[in-house]
Amino acid sequence: MEMMPEAELKKMQFKLLKMLVYRLYSFSNFYHGRMDAHGVHPDDITGLADVVKLPYMLKSDLRDNYPDKIFTADPEELVRYHVSSGTTGKPTVVGYTKNDLDNWSMSLARALTSCGVGRGDVVQVSYGYGLFTGGLGMHYGAERIGATVVPASVGNTERQLELILDLRVTAICCTPSYLMHIGETARKMGISIKDDTHLKTAILGAEPWSEHMRERIEEEMGIKAYNIYGTSELSGPMFTECTEQDGIHVWSDLALVEIIDQETGQPVPDGVEGEMVVTILQKEALPIIRYRTGDITSIDRSPCLCGRTHPRIARLSGRVDDMLIIRGINVFPSQVEHTLLGIPEVSSHFMIEVDRIGALDKMLVKVELNPEAFSDKINDILDIRRKVGYTLKNMLNVSVDVEISEPGSLPRFEGKAKRVIDRRVL
Amino acid sequence: MDATQYTIKQISVFSENKPGRLAAIAGALQAEEINILAFSIAEANGFGVVRALVDKPDAAYKKLTAMGFMISFTDVIAVKMRDVPGGLFEMAAILSEAEINIEYSYAYSGREAAVLILRVDRVEEAVEKILARGGTLLSADEFL
Repeated sequence: MEMMPEAELKKMQFKLLKMLVYRLYSFSNFYHGRMDAHGVHPDDITGLADVVKLPYMLKSDLRDNYPDKIFTADPEELVRYHVSSGTTGKPTVVGYTKNDLDNWSMSLARALTSCGVGRGDVVQVSYGYGLFTGGLGMHYGAERIGATVVPASVGNTERQLELILDLRVTAICCTPSYLMHIGETARKMGISIKDDTHLKTAILGAEPWSEHMRERIEEEMGIKAYNIYGTSELSGPMFTECTEQDGIHVWSDLALVEIIDQETGQPVPDGVEGEMVVTILQKEALPIIRYRTGDITSIDRSPCLCGRTHPRIARLSGRVDDMLIIRGINVFPSQVEHTLLGIPEVSSHFMIEVDRIGALDKMLVKVELNPEAFSDKINDILDIRRKVGYTLKNMLNVSVDVEISEPGSLPRFEGKAKRVIDRRVL
Repeated sequence: MDATQYTIKQISVFSENKPGRLAAIAGALQAEEINILAFSIAEANGFGVVRALVDKPDAAYKKLTAMGFMISFTDVIAVKMRDVPGGLFEMAAILSEAEINIEYSYAYSGREAAVLILRVDRVEEAVEKILARGGTLLSADEFL
């Protein structure tokens, strides 16, 4: 499947899309109503490109139809629920049939295989288990390829390290910031991830990260770090990079990806950044057509060196809803992280605080001084603060205030990092 | 010229400028029965550096590091000043003539004399010039 010629993949996608649209028009009140209101009938879908005729689906559609009003499977066909944390509003519920779980696991099985993980590997899953899709998703994916799973979940970092050492763990799945935290804890305990453990692969996601961070993790820990993509509405984590580390392969038989201009809703050319819109082609319980993920990326359909023919999406550069508008300029927290990773005097942990003073937005970035950079001379520290401020201004095109904090004083995140405090009353 | 015996280990501690930080540092030193002999705080907007001469610098370093503080040792010299008008001028003039820069300094008035703690850019030369001009430097072991 992974090597199928592109033309055949497209043919298959069209067939699956057509079946999906007919099924939903016939059996789903939600989609029937949406398509009628949008003036489109399944007969209008005569080629893959006609997908643009279909209406978008938004996160709010899932919230408004809480918990299961959009589900199209019979209740007795459901074998699992996952529920989003609802950090940005009311939670959303995703239901799964047996086939949905199968497809999800298969997607991850292919992904893990493409990262060189397989039978004989010991995979520590340090994403949260439970209502969050990360833990159980990776668990089933890793089991499917015959790897040994250590279902560690999140938290108790010293214990996590003990497991990594004692069970000779070779691959870990967690958030990038949690892996950094594990690395810090290891250092404090006098353990070298590089020399004392068998870790060689990390599958990292569920929060934005950067190439800088990858380089740092790979160098400091002596492992290969792969980017993973997914979101609960699409099932959970689903796609990763292959060993080429040059974009995330999205399996065409499972998902149809479009990249659109987030303002106009119009498609953008391949290679140009925009909001990712996804249609999940084979979902039974909670069908997803043209879901606006809010994630910003670009798509590359050129052949990958690994031989896989499925298109690749670039590392997410941010989320539409993470984006801060500071004095009219778009700022993504991931840009701040990227910048800080290039400044050796400060750590990669940071917090952004935004206030509005009068009519002016004030953005404060709190960073931690690295102990090696500490000087007894105030001026040396002020120089570092100036350097951070200057470099951030160059990257973001907006001036920011910088506050230097003690190492270890800023919050560490084990799940999704929440590094922005926006106190503006708009 | 061997300036080692006159080089005193100052501890420098980074601290965010918020209530309770100094109390945390001072409390930790008390708990370890470490005596503070001289002390100053330099502050900038939002943070400061606490500088102190203590009788057990290594123990202070260990304790504060374990508490998560960022701390470093800095070499300073301590010179006795005459506790009369012009006492500070005498010392400053010696360094000025030698074009030695004072990065920062602080003073305390001891039982026997006033003492000036100096962080200079060229420690050895400063020691040499002060001694050559008849100044009195406290040696490191007087602080233990």
